[in-house]
Parts: sequence; structure tokens; C-alpha cells
Amino acid sequence: MNHSRKSLLRTGRKKVLGLITILLVSIVFGTIGHAKDVELIGAGATFPYPLYSKMFDVYNKESGVKVNYQAIGSGGGIRQLTNKTVDFGGSDAIMSDKDLAEASAPVLHIPTCAGAVVVTYNLSGNLKLRFTPDAIADIFLGKINKWNDRRISEINPGVKLPDMNVTVVHRSDGSGTTSIFSDYLSKVSKEWKEKVGGGTSLSWPTGLGGKGNPGVAGLVQQTPGSIGYVELIYALQNKMPYGMVKNKKGNFVTATLASTSKAADTNLPDDMKVSLTDTDAPEGYPISGFTWILLYKDQSYGDRTEEKPKELVKLLWWMTHEGQKYTEPLEYAPLSKKAVEKAEKLIKSITYKSSTVMK
Amino acid sequence: MIIVLLTFCSILPMFFILFFITSKGISVINWRFLTQLPRPVGEMGGGISNAIIGTFMLIGIATAISIPIGILAGIFLSENRKGRLASLIRLCVETLQGVPSIVIGIIAYIWLVVSMGSFSAASGGFALGLMMLPVIITATEETLKLIPESLREASLALGVSYPRTILKVILPAGVSGIVTGILLSVARVAGETAPLLFTAFGSPFMNLNILKPMNSLPLMIFNYATSPYPEWHTLAWGASFILIVFVLGLNLFTKVVTRRWKVQF
Amino acid sequence: MNHSRAEVLVLEAKTETMRWRKPALSEPSFRRILSVAGAFVLLLLLAIFFSLIIASYPAIQSFGIRFLFGSTWDPVRSEFGAFPFVVGTLATSFFALVISVVFSIPISIFLGEYSARGTTATFIKSMLELLAGVPSVIYGFCGLFILAPLVRTLEMKIGVAPYGVGIFTASLVLSIMIIPYSASIGREVISLVPSDLKEAAFSLGATRFEVIRKVILPYAKSGIVAGILLSLGRALGETMAVTMVIGNSNFIPKGIFSPANTLASVIANEFTEATGSLYLASLIELGLVLFIVTTVINLIGKLIIRRMGVEG
Repeated sequence: MNHSRKSLLRTGRKKVLGLITILLVSIVFGTIGHAKDVELIGAGATFPYPLYSKMFDVYNKESGVKVNYQAIGSGGGIRQLTNKTVDFGGSDAIMSDKDLAEASAPVLHIPTCAGAVVVTYNLSGNLKLRFTPDAIADIFLGKINKWNDRRISEINPGVKLPDMNVTVVHRSDGSGTTSIFSDYLSKVSKEWKEKVGGGTSLSWPTGLGGKGNPGVAGLVQQTPGSIGYVELIYALQNKMPYGMVKNKKGNFVTATLASTSKAADTNLPDDMKVSLTDTDAPEGYPISGFTWILLYKDQSYGDRTEEKPKELVKLLWWMTHEGQKYTEPLEYAPLSKKAVEKAEKLIKSITYKSSTVMK
Repeated sequence: MIIVLLTFCSILPMFFILFFITSKGISVINWRFLTQLPRPVGEMGGGISNAIIGTFMLIGIATAISIPIGILAGIFLSENRKGRLASLIRLCVETLQGVPSIVIGIIAYIWLVVSMGSFSAASGGFALGLMMLPVIITATEETLKLIPESLREASLALGVSYPRTILKVILPAGVSGIVTGILLSVARVAGETAPLLFTAFGSPFMNLNILKPMNSLPLMIFNYATSPYPEWHTLAWGASFILIVFVLGLNLFTKVVTRRWKVQF
Repeated sequence: MNHSRAEVLVLEAKTETMRWRKPALSEPSFRRILSVAGAFVLLLLLAIFFSLIIASYPAIQSFGIRFLFGSTWDPVRSEFGAFPFVVGTLATSFFALVISVVFSIPISIFLGEYSARGTTATFIKSMLELLAGVPSVIYGFCGLFILAPLVRTLEMKIGVAPYGVGIFTASLVLSIMIIPYSASIGREVISLVPSDLKEAAFSLGATRFEVIRKVILPYAKSGIVAGILLSLGRALGETMAVTMVIGNSNFIPKGIFSPANTLASVIANEFTEATGSLYLASLIELGLVLFIVTTVINLIGKLIIRRMGVEG
């Protein structure tokens, strides 16, 4: 018998067993050792994602709490919150009655900031375009097919528009950005309201679908002659042009921090479920909207201990106070004093078992 | 002639893919890239450390689930060549192998994510384990079928009990084929994204807790590639490079090494 | 040399037996454990099938068989019809299959007939295996960044909307992914054509090409078809690469350059956010349809292969 072969067999088997043991031990210890780490899981809107990813990174450094937010679209945020697979959802769309019925328990909408939905396009020649509500509706309804169509050129005198096809880019996923955009179009165009309507997932008459704000931005960037709608920061970060929009008072307004804030300076209901589109403010940008963090008012569901609601409340308080200083560098409009007051009332109303979490 | 031309043409995509990924990805790889966590949107730098660890942990969970059942079921099938139950099970194994990965993801979501109330690495590992299972079963069965009866008869004749014969004689004799099956199925699931979309969910943090969401290389590549940020695209090329080196390397390794272990009869 | 290893195993097992009086595990209980493991797989598959049915029941109830032919997928009005995705799936798979067959049959002939052994053959075989091993998301990534711009330029030249993504791009990427599957089975089948048939034809004065066309291919026909069916099964269920380059439109595609969605890609896009249980159930029903279709095609393919006695 070959002794070296026999011992080779033995050591080979030992090595494999050793590897498997190390694997199992590390899995077990990894899980047990980190079981106590508090990690808040959130999912939803891509609209505020650049802001949230910055906020949560800073919050993690300051407090040690991990906040894992995945940008899967507002529809995803609402769905996962309803399924109770996440601690909070992010959404720029207000939950519909159908959604609320399915959630079966009251859901709070805590505003974190306001943003603007801009109309971005891919045309050569550094063109600065202006849009009217009708033009936008007609383009996205598929009624305007060429860039040098009269309906676009008459609102842009002096601009050399190319004889190119218009390629519409919209969201392929359930989106709060879509909700804000379609809410605006439903207000300004009867045809839009009848044909398409408002909501997070629409039956788009034409165009390509991109996943998330990043997906739409990416497609517009790559497709000559395309037009799409994204949150302001996505156009800025990718150096994409966006058009001025004519608001209710007849002024052509560019989306900026200031014009968004003016649109947000309106009557705020206690539950903060308000739309900011088609604002009356003379210098307000007409396609603006709040974005909210959604969570259950009563945090004692499933097998939740008091720990997570406590951390969640602390996080929300931080986001609406200290965290607000990260909004402006990213061109999001911070919450006005009135908005913060309403948010504070909402946060204070979060309960666990029978008492409020915030004492 | 045409046939030769077409044959070599079809190999070209492989070279293109390797060329592009290497040229775009290799410049990104440095120590920082491999050890840091991803940065928030729009900020330079950052790395893919959590995706690398996450991929390994998910594979670990998947192997832990699929190897024991897979090998035992494979032994069952090789020990019961005929018989209706065995044929039925063999049919199930083949069916399971063909199930689209997105459907496996749906199942893992329904069974684990909703019931556990959270996205988790465990559910992602479970989905990957489901995908590895049929490959391991088939590899085990086919390998064991090739081992001649004489070995088993000799062992039984010497008084070694049936269980011990199987576990200590037959199984070790077939270890090369079984390990091949395991390594190949690992290579397959290492690159899977679809089943992880709604199970492991992804995470910007390093995570070692299997009950929490976890990042993985394919998930990260998908998210970054479909984003509009050039910095993220570069990271995605780098991550693709690492992933493809791992997967293809594993394939080549399997072929070379297990040839040495093969027990010939 | 290796015989001694087998001896080693048996002798080790025997020595262990001698050390302990009673075997640790009795035969009946061991056999039972094996049966349980086997039955577990059976139960697993049944559980998957039934879970899909139960979860998609609300949609089955609301739409019935109309689901497969409904051409509207409108989450706003809760109207769900699968037809756009059936078309998208069939279109991409069909085109991918056609393109891949152009390459996989010559490969099978080359490897099965011309140079079955030797370094060229091993090299090509290895390349095919590597091609099959590349993860789907990487195919999608390369498709999006390398292929789509090329397609975009093509589209601008022929005057179609320059999407870059769409059925055409998705079919191209898919075709590359499925070549290895039909090629390897085709190769096996062609190499199994009995040489006396070929010899007979040659001795009657047939050229190589004629032998291929009139003897080998007809003989290997069903095996090649089986290989094609298996690669079809793979193409139908392919998710990530397709999602990244198909353009994500929920309408029935108008032409080969239109954006579309397949059964798999729409699930990937919309699953995490299906608000409303009818929406979710409809998506899961799409998964059920996908499951059934891929299973049937794969099983038919495997059946043909088994009949031919080829090791797939």
C-alpha cells in the first residue's frame, strides 16, 4: 500500500472539513455577533436618493446606526412597507386610498425635503429650451414627433431646432417622480387627464422605459433627440440641459432651489399630504413636490421591539433638523419652518404599544 | 471554408467581452477598490468590499444548504437506478434545473422574505442554493454510476456495513466528480443577479449578519451599470473584471485540478 | 496506481468497522434517509408549482384565460394582460435562436466531424464553455455599453428611432449566450453518426459537403433539434441581460427595433413595487406561465436527447 497516497487522502479530506468548519463558524458568529447591531432598512423613491445616501452616510458616522436604503422607486417603497419587509418607505407619491386600505393601518407621511422634476433633453448645440404645459403634454402624449414642430418652435423663437424625431423616455418602474409629473400634467391638460391620468405606474402612450431616475437620465444621455423627466439633481450631476417651464402665472421659470422653495411655501395640511404642482406662486416652479418617509403610525406590529421605533424616531428627527443642511448643496429645497413644525407633530405622534415613542 | 469561418466567428464575442472588461476594469483595481465601502452618490472613490464579502457569504449559505441534500439525493438516485419514485425524482431534478432564475427569486420572496418580515442574505442564499441543488444531484448521481460494482461488492463482502460502504468507500471514490459539480454550480450562482433582486436586496454597508440584507457583485454591477454616473460605471467595470476572473477562473480550475483526483478503474 | 487508492478506501472502511462493534447507522435507517432526501426534491418542485398557483390565484380568478391574450398592462386601471410580454419573449427568443443556429450548427459540424480531437477542438470547446459561464449581468453590461451604441448608429443610418435598446439588441445578446448550449449537444450528436454510413457515402463518390448535407445532418436531425430546444428554454428564462437592453416598454412591440419587455424582464422591473395584490398576483402569474413554458420545452428537449442515448 502506498503510504504517501493514503496520508494525502487523509490530509485532503481534513482540509476540506477544516474549510467547511471555518465557513459555518464564520456564518454563525457573524450572525450572532452582529445580531445586536441596529440596522434600519428602507426602500423607495429614487427622487431623493442622492440626498438620502449622503444623509445616511453622515448619520452612520455620527451615530453608528446603519440605515440601508435601496432606491427601487416609490411604488416599491409603498409595496415593501405594506408587506412589512422594510422599516420605512420613501415616496414622492402620496399613498392612494387603495394603497392605504391594503396597508390596513395608518401610515404617516413625514416630509424630508422638496424637489423639482425637470424636463431634460438630448440635443446638440447647447440649446436652452422653454416649454409650455400644453407642449409638454403633447410631447409625452406622442402628438409632437419632431423637434422642429411648430408647437415647440413658436415658444422658442430664435432657437434653431433640428429636424429630429422626438424620443420620449419615461419610467419603467413605479415612480413617485412619475406621480408628481403626471399629477402636474393632469392639472394642466384635460386630454392627459382623460387618456393617461396620474399615478406611479402609467400606461405611457409612447417611449422608452428607464429604471429609476438614474435609468431615465442614462437613457436620455445616450439617445440623441430624446426627452425625459428627472429630479433636478440628476440633470445637474450629469450636466444635462433642462428646460424652463411656464407656470400658472404665465412666467417661464427655471427649476432652482429658490423656485422650488417658493412652490413649497403653500398651505400645509397637518398630515403633510399635499401636492405642490401647478403652484400659484408667481416665481414658483410648477413641477415641484415633497418627498416623504412613510412609516406605520403604530410601530408595534409583527415582533418589533421598542429598539427600532426609537432609532427610527431619532433618525426622522435628525433628518428634519440637523440633516436639513445637506439639502441645499444638492439643490433640494429644505423644509420651511412651517413644514418642520408639522413634521415634528407627526413624528411625536408615532406610538409603540400604547405610548408615544418620543417622550 | 464557411463552416470554419463561422465557427471562429462565434468565438469572437468571448474575446471582445474579455478584452473590454479587462481594459476598462483593470485600471480600477487597486487596494482601495477592494477594501473600501461604496461612497454616496456623486462622490468620487469608494470600493466594492461589501460586494465581494457578500458574494462569498451568499455562496457559503447556498453551499451549506445544497450540498448535504444534494449529495444524499444523488446517492439515492444512483442507488435506485430503476423504480418509479426514482424516475419521478429524476424528472423533478431536471425540471428544477430549467426553472428561470427570476421564478426562483419569486419563490424565495414568497417563502422567506415575507414570512421573515425582512430582506435577508439568508433568503438570497436559499434562492442560490435552490439553483445549485440540481447540478450537485446530477453530478453526484452520474459520478457514482460510473463506479464499478466490484468495489461495492468487495467492501460488503468484507463485512463493511452498507451505510459505511456508501459513505466511506463509494463516495470518496467519486469525490472528484462531485467536487466538480459543486465548483461548477458555485461558478454559476456567483454571477446570478435575478434571484437576489428581491431577496438579498443589496446594501451600502458591510454586513456579516445573514438575517439582514447583503450586497453582492452581480447586484452591484447591475445597479451601477444602469445608473447615469460615470464614476459608478467605472466601478462596475472593475467589479465585472473581478467577477469574471472569479467565475472563469473557477471553471478552469475545476477542469485542471479534479483531473488529478480522478480515481480510475 | 490508482487501484491502490480504491484498495485504501475499502481497507480503511474495514478497519474502522473492526474498531467499533456496532455500525453507527443501520442499513434500513440509512436507506430511509436517502429516500427522504430524494423525496425532498420532489416535494420542493411541487411546492414551487403550488406556491406559484396560490400566489397568482387572484389574477387567475379575475382574468381567466383572457390574461394570456390581453394586450393592456395598465397598473393604474388594474388591467393586466400578458400578451405584450408573450410577444416580446417570443420575438427575442425566436430571433436569438435563428442567429445562434447560424453559428452553432457549423460549430457542431466542425467539432463533430472535422476535428473532433486535437488542440483546435479543445480550444474551441473551452471557449464555448467559458462563453456559457459568463454571468448574465456581464452580458447585459457589455450589451448596454458596447452593442447598444453600435445599434444606435445603425438605427440612425436606416432612419429608425435611435433607441439603441430594443428587441434587436436583446436578440443579439441572447443569441451569443445560447450558442454554447445547442453547439455542445449538436457536436455530440454529429460525432455519434456511425462511420459506416459516412464511409458508404464517400465510397459512392460524395464530396465532404454532400456527406454532411445528405447523411450526417438528416441522421443527427432530432438531436440538433433537441439542442435547439434546450437553448430555447434557456433563452426564454433569461432575465438580467435582456432587462438591461430591451427598452422596457409594456406595449406590443411594433417592429424589430422597438423597445419591449419579456415575461422575465417585466417581473424583474416591477416586482418590488407592485402596489395592490392584483398587480403582484398578475406578475406572479407571468412567472407561472414562464415556469410552465420553460419546463415543457426543456423536458421535450431532454426526452429527445435521452432517446438518442447522448449524454447531454
